[in-house]
Amino acid sequence: MLDLDALTQEKKLKGIDQEEVCIKVQNLNLYYGDQQALYGIDMHIPRQKVTAYIGPSGCGKSTLLRCINRMNDLVDNVRIEGKILLDDEDIYARSVNVAALRRRVGMVFQKPNPFPKSIFENVAYGLRIQGINDRRTLEETVEEALRGAALWDEVKDRLHDNALGMSGGQQQRLVIARAIAIEPEVLLLDEPASALDPISTLKIEELINELKEKYTIVIVTHNMQQAARVSDYTAFLYMGKLIEFDNTSHLFTNPSKKQTEDYITGRYG
Amino acid sequence: MIKQWFKSGSPWIWLNAAAVSTCLILVVGLLALITFRGALHFWPSDVAEFIYIEDGLKQTIVGEVVDTSSTTALMARASGHAMADDGDLLVQHLIKIGNRDLTGMDFRWILDRNIQSRQYPDDILVLERREWGNFYGYPVALKQEGKVIAEGPQVFSVVSERLRDALSVYKQIQRLEKKEIGAVNYGLERLRLKQRRLELNEQWDEAAKQLLAAERGEYELQYREYQTELQALYKTINRNSLVVKASDGREVDMPLAKLVRIYRPNTMSVWAKTGHYFEKIAEFLLDDPREANTEGGIFPAIFGTVMMVIIMSVIVTPLGVIAAIYMREYAKQGFTTRLIRIAVNNLAGVPSIVYGVFGLGFFVYILGGNIDQLFFPEAAPAPVFGTPGLLWASITLALLTLPVVIVSTEEGLSRIPKSIREGSLALGATKAETLWRTVLPMASPAMMTGLILAVARAAGEVAPLMLVGVVKLAPSLPLDGNFPFLHLDRKFMHLGFHIYDVGFQSPNVEAARPLVYATSLLLVVVIVGLNLSAVAIRNHLREKYRALEG
Repeated sequence: MLDLDALTQEKKLKGIDQEEVCIKVQNLNLYYGDQQALYGIDMHIPRQKVTAYIGPSGCGKSTLLRCINRMNDLVDNVRIEGKILLDDEDIYARSVNVAALRRRVGMVFQKPNPFPKSIFENVAYGLRIQGINDRRTLEETVEEALRGAALWDEVKDRLHDNALGMSGGQQQRLVIARAIAIEPEVLLLDEPASALDPISTLKIEELINELKEKYTIVIVTHNMQQAARVSDYTAFLYMGKLIEFDNTSHLFTNPSKKQTEDYITGRYG
Repeated sequence: MIKQWFKSGSPWIWLNAAAVSTCLILVVGLLALITFRGALHFWPSDVAEFIYIEDGLKQTIVGEVVDTSSTTALMARASGHAMADDGDLLVQHLIKIGNRDLTGMDFRWILDRNIQSRQYPDDILVLERREWGNFYGYPVALKQEGKVIAEGPQVFSVVSERLRDALSVYKQIQRLEKKEIGAVNYGLERLRLKQRRLELNEQWDEAAKQLLAAERGEYELQYREYQTELQALYKTINRNSLVVKASDGREVDMPLAKLVRIYRPNTMSVWAKTGHYFEKIAEFLLDDPREANTEGGIFPAIFGTVMMVIIMSVIVTPLGVIAAIYMREYAKQGFTTRLIRIAVNNLAGVPSIVYGVFGLGFFVYILGGNIDQLFFPEAAPAPVFGTPGLLWASITLALLTLPVVIVSTEEGLSRIPKSIREGSLALGATKAETLWRTVLPMASPAMMTGLILAVARAAGEVAPLMLVGVVKLAPSLPLDGNFPFLHLDRKFMHLGFHIYDVGFQSPNVEAARPLVYATSLLLVVVIVGLNLSAVAIRNHLREKYRALEG
């Protein structure tokens, strides 16, 4: 189905055990009210690699992703058990400043959500929040972030136009630029290309490949080809449980669980 | 056939269209009526001279025909009119005869059939006076210090010129009396209060005495200066007087100081009348009222209305927005919040006079009374804030319009997409930062919508204002050149109340009726103006913070 052997050889991936760990998820249970959404998730997310979550709709992959920067705190009636360690610190500890955590763990959402401000102000937003208002610093950082998101050449002449006038693909890259402007360690991407056309999707995927030089990336996708193309490691979730987590080529060519095989061969989902 | 027609749905379309048309016709009709009635008031109509026979006596009547009515003979007989046998209709004219100081009334009905002749002589003069309404008559002579300086036909041209001079002198007198001497009086009053305060604090010693005496001396010196100036001006303005003959042959000596305008409507061309018309409109908009509000302008009422609405907006917007933010963003959504929301919505349904009663009972008497006790003991027993005034009226109306602002702000907040908030939070912003930097600016058009509704409601409200600060005639504007410039404790005039007062409390109903329409028109214009400016701001904001699609 997929030409994965070539990919495997190209990427020359080690097993997960040999990678340097960035995020440890330990026995994570999540409940929405009485309903349990995640069951005892255990996983180690490697540093400066792309990790993909795949699985059918409603399997909890977005929920798991949103646990990593505590976005689930915003939902009423959520209860979380277990631990998530970022660089060996528990992010659910009482002493953690959530805003500071989110500065270290950036996030890009399914639908592009630029603020109704200029392109420049969108990228500078995170910096202004941190109290950086120096014109020079802002200009430099904005340019760097926009270059990092492969958007600079397209927008450098209209930095002060409203961001809502851009195309969907540009908006999504703007949102990525906005996230990397504050230099996070981890970048969470929640189906970043699902609302985009094929060409914009390709650009985003290329961008992800470049970004992993600097950032640990976790991406949720319902598109298996995309997971195969962009990720180094893939986790398959089903009904709130982590079924299998392995390096991508291995998982796609040689899944060790029956459910994984059924899913990637398209028997359900 | 009919059944099919019903099935096709066209009756519904007709019904809906009919409803819309009815609304449109009503609105347009309302505006047309008040515009027509109000605008016509300022047009100088010709003055007729009637030879009129009543009870066998011949008399001359001079005046403007204001209204004509026809009654059928049957009804006329029933109401006690003697009818000639051959007449089918009884035609009556309402004549504005003016000269209230001579005749005691300035309108009278006359019967058409008793009119022997009707003429429009060129030399009839209309004198607009500061007191007693218009005077209609024939010029006889112009006097200077008792000596006749012009007679007969030359009188008009000479008197027009002299009147212009007299008016400019009058303006100086007004400025002196109101502004300069007003400032002196204001200063003296403040000195009196200062002395009283020092006495109450037992600091009224020699040094303070001398200091205050010196200041008072200065004011008094100033006052004497103004007084001499004023006397000279009065002497100039009273120099000339005009002798006019009324329709019944009586001659009246009229000092020019008492006149506002002299014109001969029967000789005026359409252009001259148009000029006069706009002059009258300008006077209406910019001058103070005269004669129990039935003449002159309504500037203080316009000013008071706008001022009150602005102060109300300044109070209601932050309060409503902050309350809405708490309820929508911070409060736990549950039974209590729902209860509060219902209560707020119901507040909008409380009759406005109830707010007036509350404003008087709580704001004026309790709050104002305590403020007076705490901060203005020297003014006692005269109240400062313990009496109805601009501040209390504004606060009462702010309370009245608070629900509107809260409801629309809440609606605006709930319409901000979740993705925008999450986007901001994901960048490390706290909830407060997200609100301040992203959500509130995006919700600002909704806040403006609330403010627009609040302004529309407040500007037209009259009932509560009668209790908390509006008066028939305010001696001074709430904003002037005396420190602290904005006098929130003063009473003020209001267009809505002005309409009520002129229309229904006036001793001279006939004279006041057109003014009711003119003032109504102006109230509508003021409200539309206030709303349009708010709408313009909202549209600007909306364009700026255009929300995401979908």
